[in-house]
Amino acid sequence: MSFDAAYQSKTFNSVGTRPLRPDGVDKVTGRARYGADFNMPGQLVARVLRSPHAHARIRGIDTSKAEAVKGVKAIVTAADLPDLTNGNADLFAILDNCMARDKAMYDGHAVAAVAAIDEKAAKQALKLIEVDYEVLPHVVDVDAAMQTDAPVLNETVFTTGIEPAPTSPSNVTNRAEFGHGDVDAGFAKADVIVERSYKTEQTHQGYIEPHACVANCNTDGTADLWVCTQGHFVYRQNCADLLGLEVSKLRVTSSEIGGGFGGKTHVWAEPVALALSRKAGRPVKLIMSREEVFRASGPTSATSIDVKIGARKDGRITAASATLRYSSGPYPGMWAELGAMTSFACYDLDNVQTVGFEVLVNRPKVAAYRAPSAPMAAFAVESAVDELAHTLGIDAVDLRVKNAAKEGTKSSYGPVYGPIGIGPTLQAAKSHPHMSAPLGKNQGRGMACGFWFNFGGQTCTDLNINADGTVTLAVGTVDVGGSRASLSLIAAEELGIAYDDVKAVVADTATLGYNDMTDGSRGTFSSSMATISAARNAIKVMCKRAALTWDIPLEDVYWEDGHAHAAGTKHGNRAPLSVKELAAEAGNTGGPIAGHSELVADGAGVSFATHICDIEVDPETGSSRVVRYTVIQDAGKAVHPSYVEGQYQGGAAQGIGWALNEEYVYGADGRLQNPGFLDYRIPVCSDLPMIDTQILEIPNPNHPYGVRGVGETSIVPPLAAIANAVSNAVGVRMSHIPISPPRILAALDGNG
Amino acid sequence: MRYERPQTLEDAAALLAAADAPAFVLAGGTDLLVRMQNDNFEADLIVDIKSIAGMGDIVQSDAGFVIGAAVPCAALSEDAALVAAWPGVVEAANLIGSTQIQGRCTVAGNLCNASPAADSVPALVAADARVRIAGPNGTREAAVIDIPTGPGKTSLAKGEIIEAVLLPKRAAQAGDAYLRFIPRTEMDIAVVGVSVNLTLDAGGTVTSARVALGAVGPTVMLVDAAAEAIIGTSLDDAALDALAAACSAASTPIDDKRGTVAFRTKVAGVLARRAAQTAYTRAGGK
Repeated sequence: MSFDAAYQSKTFNSVGTRPLRPDGVDKVTGRARYGADFNMPGQLVARVLRSPHAHARIRGIDTSKAEAVKGVKAIVTAADLPDLTNGNADLFAILDNCMARDKAMYDGHAVAAVAAIDEKAAKQALKLIEVDYEVLPHVVDVDAAMQTDAPVLNETVFTTGIEPAPTSPSNVTNRAEFGHGDVDAGFAKADVIVERSYKTEQTHQGYIEPHACVANCNTDGTADLWVCTQGHFVYRQNCADLLGLEVSKLRVTSSEIGGGFGGKTHVWAEPVALALSRKAGRPVKLIMSREEVFRASGPTSATSIDVKIGARKDGRITAASATLRYSSGPYPGMWAELGAMTSFACYDLDNVQTVGFEVLVNRPKVAAYRAPSAPMAAFAVESAVDELAHTLGIDAVDLRVKNAAKEGTKSSYGPVYGPIGIGPTLQAAKSHPHMSAPLGKNQGRGMACGFWFNFGGQTCTDLNINADGTVTLAVGTVDVGGSRASLSLIAAEELGIAYDDVKAVVADTATLGYNDMTDGSRGTFSSSMATISAARNAIKVMCKRAALTWDIPLEDVYWEDGHAHAAGTKHGNRAPLSVKELAAEAGNTGGPIAGHSELVADGAGVSFATHICDIEVDPETGSSRVVRYTVIQDAGKAVHPSYVEGQYQGGAAQGIGWALNEEYVYGADGRLQNPGFLDYRIPVCSDLPMIDTQILEIPNPNHPYGVRGVGETSIVPPLAAIANAVSNAVGVRMSHIPISPPRILAALDGNG
Repeated sequence: MRYERPQTLEDAAALLAAADAPAFVLAGGTDLLVRMQNDNFEADLIVDIKSIAGMGDIVQSDAGFVIGAAVPCAALSEDAALVAAWPGVVEAANLIGSTQIQGRCTVAGNLCNASPAADSVPALVAADARVRIAGPNGTREAAVIDIPTGPGKTSLAKGEIIEAVLLPKRAAQAGDAYLRFIPRTEMDIAVVGVSVNLTLDAGGTVTSARVALGAVGPTVMLVDAAAEAIIGTSLDDAALDALAAACSAASTPIDDKRGTVAFRTKVAGVLARRAAQTAYTRAGGK
């Protein structure tokens, strides 16, 4: 497959238009089928028993009374999920998280599961399962977990990344360092140094649809899984590995998805549903309740971050450093490492050093959340940059412009940048009317920048041209944000046909080759590249068919504007053949027409954004209200601008919620106090203003149309933009997220 | 689980009295239906009172207003006479949940749910509202403040149902107001709630007042010291300061997922001051 992914400037017909998404009507009328909307004959109901303790050794589990409950068909514990992980620590963590083995590691950790003929029997059985716990000391705070006297969660953890290697176990699993230059020398050259510590609390992705699946293991060793996921191929691999199935015998179908934001890149209960089905010999439906979603599916890290930035009086940064501590739940992660990589990615720095520590705590296993780890690092760094601008008396945008990374900059995490959008987003912010609009009483303005890597990955796509000339596009990346519409536009663009003539579907794992999951803002980036490739392969087939039809040499046929044309004057009388005409005759010219593509979508262009926020604070109550918000972000090329804007707005909305009110609240007993949407406060519609967006298009050189991922970067700047706006409004630097009314009031009263 | 929809209060009371396992009254259902989703919810009987005559009516008489136990909160705001007489009660009832919730939820249900953070209860207490209770042994009346006895607990005996909420007749130059603090704009629960109900004389002096606080103690509380701080004044700054101080002093909140002691204590005073000013204006004070 010699597919050239290099960017080529061209005029578009379909790309850049805003047709309705194909899944929209089904979603607003309730016809769309989500995880819980699938049923099989004879299906059982599954319920999971969860640890009420933050940390406890499991001395024994007696299921005999529960098994005697009428209607109970299977009960599984860790004994039914033997360790087949063969030394793979990441896989073992997934297994142990799905079903606690020796110890329950957090409030909500699964310890057993029941499949019964109905909910009532299942719930009754849960009550009769007797678990003998030895309650152990626990720790939930990231800083407390690093103290030498903290309870150690895992005696086999010795911090890696430190020389010499430590001789005693701790909760710090890894130390990672990035940067270049000499920060000590850089700070020595600084006229001004800003140094401050920050904290952010743990948040959940808050997807509206809880995890849900239907699992069915057959007696012949085959199995089916219908599931709400961001990556059914990855779920297939994880489940097959954990249950000892051959990958080919497990068919996974992804349902529509009611939000994932990273939380559905990870199996939580699907292997348990399969184990129950295998034991019961019947299909099993498992739906997590909202409480279970909060207690036992992955939130993001809580963090504690120190930042130091030095600059000359003219605003040029001479050195920057950060120490980042990220909680990962009870299993090792690489969340601090990502934070350390992204912290200073917006800037062109001679001397920079970041160090990340991964910290174990008795909280749920951390999962990706939209640009995972970057928002917290950006909160700390962009708050410090804002403070530096105030200290120097330089405009916050000008200071960033002066230090912004550009093409050729060696990034703080290593690579040298190609063409990037941080400078243009800052220039756009500077000239945006929002930046100069007057502020009202008790209002403040803040701005901040954000970065995300973006990802490409393995991608496989089939494009089938039907007999009537319409096109079915089968992709393997789950549509989390409108990618079926975007990919249909791409196919229409390449083939020169109408958007309405393309029907994109997400194929199951048995009907398409492996695809990485929809993460890293890769859905539209990677699958559009594969769609272009598949369409070009189909065009090659159609050109051959035209040559056959005309009985002329293939090299005399070319494709333009959705038609095969005969080249040159010697075939001048041939009327061009359309896709419809070629499709109608396909049976006589060689059979069905299709284009296939398999590729690794390299070169996902990095993404930058600048956000501007106005906030009003009631100084007597600490109540705050976002009154204006603007997102400026580079999309490379906006395939479907409405859905790009939707991604910008959605990321900003989630970031605003994170910044102002969302947080996991634990009691002294280590139990989660607010596992529901009443007290885990995500913003409601009336909390937010219309979020204005501005799309910049700086083409990604590694995509034929210049596309970059757009889904994640928009959640990176809001924490800092809000913090800077509140600090501007109340005159006190807010360094602890969420900036909730009690924290604002305490800061105003000098008790912050 | 059994669902019953009796036609009379006597039947409803008899059903509840005869239940030998947890039984619940269903009016709007906005609390009950949510609780029924919980894993640990258990009930043998649900008694829906919406078919009982009079439960859905608001009746105005010489004595004041009688609000049936199944009247949705949204209907209160559509009753012009009620809004004119008790704007604070109506605004409190219409802060519960969201627009959709208000179409179903009831003040009687809000009261019986016995949350210290219930929005309508401080307003009812400040208004000196009473309830009519039907039970196996006939009908009785009680003050609203005597119904909740602690979080989730009421003084209602087995088989008793609140039949109606009674609001007294309004004096001239009287006004009430309710304010609550939530971190969001809706769909949230009060972190602090304050209701002020007052009456003025012709000169704008406060002649009587009742001040009630929510979410700063185990039950809604009536704060006499706060009322005394403004009675006899024309709500000058000193009176407002004394009111705020009295409300903060009366607050006995806890640190929890919804707010801190320091925050609740201070904001109780801030909201009391603001609610009193609104009530004063509504009463015709200048």
